[in-house]
Amino acid sequence: MLHELTLSGLTSKLASKEVSSRDAMQACLDRIAAVDGQVNAFMSIDRDDALSQADAADAALAKGNTHIAQPLLGVPISLKDLFCAKGQPANCSSKILGDFHSPYDGTAVRKLRDAGAVLFGRVNMDEFAMGSSTENSAFGRSNNPWDLERVPGGSSGGCAASVAAQECFGSIGTDTGGSIRQPAALCGCVGLKPTYGRVSRYGVVAFASSLDQVGPLTKDVRDSATLLGAMSGHDPHDSTSVPTDVPDYVAELGGDLKGIKLGLPREFLIDGIDPEVRAAFDAAVKQCEALGAEIHEVSMPHTEYGVATYYIVATAEASANLARFDGIRYGDRVDGDDPFSLYCNTRGRGFGEEVKRRIILGTYVLSSGYYDAYYLRAQKARTLIKRDFEQAFETVDALITPTVPSPAFKAGEKMDDPLQMYLSDIFTISCNLAGTCGISLPCGFSNEPKLPIGLQFLGKPFGESQLLQIAHAYEQATPWHTERASL
Amino acid sequence: MAETDFDIKYVANLARIALTPDEEAKLGAQLGDILGYIKQLEELDVTDVEPMAHAVPLANVLRADEVRPSIPQEAALANAPKQTNGLFIVPKIVE
Repeated sequence: MLHELTLSGLTSKLASKEVSSRDAMQACLDRIAAVDGQVNAFMSIDRDDALSQADAADAALAKGNTHIAQPLLGVPISLKDLFCAKGQPANCSSKILGDFHSPYDGTAVRKLRDAGAVLFGRVNMDEFAMGSSTENSAFGRSNNPWDLERVPGGSSGGCAASVAAQECFGSIGTDTGGSIRQPAALCGCVGLKPTYGRVSRYGVVAFASSLDQVGPLTKDVRDSATLLGAMSGHDPHDSTSVPTDVPDYVAELGGDLKGIKLGLPREFLIDGIDPEVRAAFDAAVKQCEALGAEIHEVSMPHTEYGVATYYIVATAEASANLARFDGIRYGDRVDGDDPFSLYCNTRGRGFGEEVKRRIILGTYVLSSGYYDAYYLRAQKARTLIKRDFEQAFETVDALITPTVPSPAFKAGEKMDDPLQMYLSDIFTISCNLAGTCGISLPCGFSNEPKLPIGLQFLGKPFGESQLLQIAHAYEQATPWHTERASL
Repeated sequence: MAETDFDIKYVANLARIALTPDEEAKLGAQLGDILGYIKQLEELDVTDVEPMAHAVPLANVLRADEVRPSIPQEAALANAPKQTNGLFIVPKIVE
């Protein structure tokens, strides 16, 4: 079946004219019709627009355009609901945006279009990317394709669910504290968070601007490399976009792990890791060793402060970023007698509970009298966490860790305890604070129920090429990435 | 850090978010727990540590101050809850 192909599998069939982009798009729409009632990954789909984009790709293919020049030509890709794509809605899974439609294409979206992608559906997320389960979506949660009673992770849970349910050939998400890697781990797909500054954030609704980064969720590492290459590069519209060359990530794949030094951070291997996750992780480390990697224990002494640091920095930035949702220029407005009550009513009604919680926390840590004690101290803690990474990378090429301490949890399990929900991000958060890159890929399954387990590699800043090589070598030596959820 | 000082009403007002009494009680209690957890940063010795605002190896990114194309006024106003004559309509600010 067409929807079962990987992205690279599809492009080779498109190139040989064995299938058309319209066939591929129709296969996704049929698959969505068949399974999305259970998975609930998609918020909205413009079918006519999707098929006309596919027809345009077919016309380009007929004219002789190739996947060398346009590596995504004719490939249906879904978008997390926070990317601005001209004419499409961008609700961020929030009520406050009403029937907002983007007036322009963001840079990542434009680059994907230039590479020939068919950008066809808006997938679910935690409201404004705040959450780890999609349960904070104002439009209902998505379900994990491996067990529908469980969450797909978050905040890019719709991305991961749509890839794992084979409803698209790749999906684009964002990662602020693990929001690509954690759902990828829980749904059994590959999720890459590039280095801060690698992919432009222009046209991406901001949550925490010093942490947010755009990245792909895919069925395998090669597809991840393809999508990263298409989106990366300097953008004058984003002053934090770094002007550095974009390697050919796909061409640089291959090879083994001989001579690669992998660091095992001892502070990550804490009590409280699920035994099946721990066993799968230990086996993955052995596998890397068998493939030629040297394993070195390293120390990251400030790891335990990561979550606290993150929840100060991220909420502070969120409180400033989300000030723009005031009911004046776009989105839903709840009237008031004066501008002040209009703001309060609009935001009180429009934002969900987690978003309110984080804006209020962020407002507090920045408020007069508390700034030094919370925000400034967290910025200093962040420096210490970054130094942990710099010191580790003096002796190793990459770090190897579990992505999440446990497999997917049941819906509702952590909703009344936000702190427990935050702690599920413990292994992914420090990468964002340090601004470096990370990838999660499948490394096994739990028994009863069968749920995916994720392995994380963390790489040096702008070291995506080596990170992808390491992940690819592990992936190709193991069977995990070929397993699919039975829906 | 004195999380006992945390006054949900005051901070929600600063954040321009109207809360129901139920929300005030629930969020207030949860934020108290979260602030209790965050308090662990007090243990850290941050003497002589420089604060870090972001991880990007760039400073003072500037561009030429010149007029560039933009989206048309119509598109900029298309998502407005209330607009007329090319303007956003807001409640009266000055009596």
